[in-house]
Amino acid sequence: MKAKVYVTLKPSVLDPQGKAIKHSVELLGYQGISDIRQGKYFEIAIDGSLNEEQARESATRMAREVLSNPIIEDFLVEIEA
Amino acid sequence: MKFGVIVFPGSNCDHDAYHVISKHVGQPVDFVWHRDTDLSSYDAVIIPGGFSYGDYLRAGALARFSPVMNSVKQFAAEGKLVLGICNGFQILCEAGLLPGALIRNRDLHFVCEHVNVRVESTNTPFTNELKQGSVLRMPIAHAEGNYVCDDAALAELQREDRIIFRYCEPDGRLSNEANPNGSRDNIAGICNRERNVMGLMPHPERACEDLLGSSDGRIVFSSLAGILAAAA
Repeated sequence: MKAKVYVTLKPSVLDPQGKAIKHSVELLGYQGISDIRQGKYFEIAIDGSLNEEQARESATRMAREVLSNPIIEDFLVEIEA
Repeated sequence: MKFGVIVFPGSNCDHDAYHVISKHVGQPVDFVWHRDTDLSSYDAVIIPGGFSYGDYLRAGALARFSPVMNSVKQFAAEGKLVLGICNGFQILCEAGLLPGALIRNRDLHFVCEHVNVRVESTNTPFTNELKQGSVLRMPIAHAEGNYVCDDAALAELQREDRIIFRYCEPDGRLSNEANPNGSRDNIAGICNRERNVMGLMPHPERACEDLLGSSDGRIVFSSLAGILAAAA
């Protein structure tokens, strides 16, 4: 089982890296892009001792306490069997 | 009075802080390894600049889980003095001892230069010997110094006179151009509600000798020492 955690900047927080990436891809000729936001992605391998609900609970707590800073970031947890 | 300088893996301004306390303040000072937890012999601790844990995850994020940080929280709760410089400021924010967060600089670059900061409040143990509105020249060296907080937190900082330094022009005027990293409200340093914990991005410990371009930072340390001497 795998827990996937996506950490993204809150919409209200400016993302200078995302802006620079958008600028670069536009220079390459990509069109129709209104915004790019950069985030972080974590893959957490879960051993057999946790069931899906426990894994979700644990990953969510980890995301809140460690992987994200709630002042500037949001997170999303997905569990893959 | 005795000072402690916390050392994390990746701290690199620890010796500068130690040097300033021993040479310019003339007081006893120890390095405190991040696995140590006994701060009982200290009156003030400095969390120095650097790249604790390689800035992995977020600047300051992993240092906050070091054993010493529980002791620092306790130390701060007892009203003792905690000064976080640069990475130390980032760690204090991550640890929740100061509000807000420090994110990537507006222009994405690592900025390493002398800047001007205006003294916004002298009502702290770190700034009481400074003059309100005076301008200090100090170096900065960071890629994540862009201070952010929500509207409510900013209003609270303003209302409670907790913005201690703001980036400014040499004559003290605030401007966007003088803001090296995009920090909200030109914030360069803040304190907690109890005013015994301060964090700032500029390096006062690297501005204590004219030979190094500025000695404006000395007054931060002499303010601290003066308060501790008066309390002793």
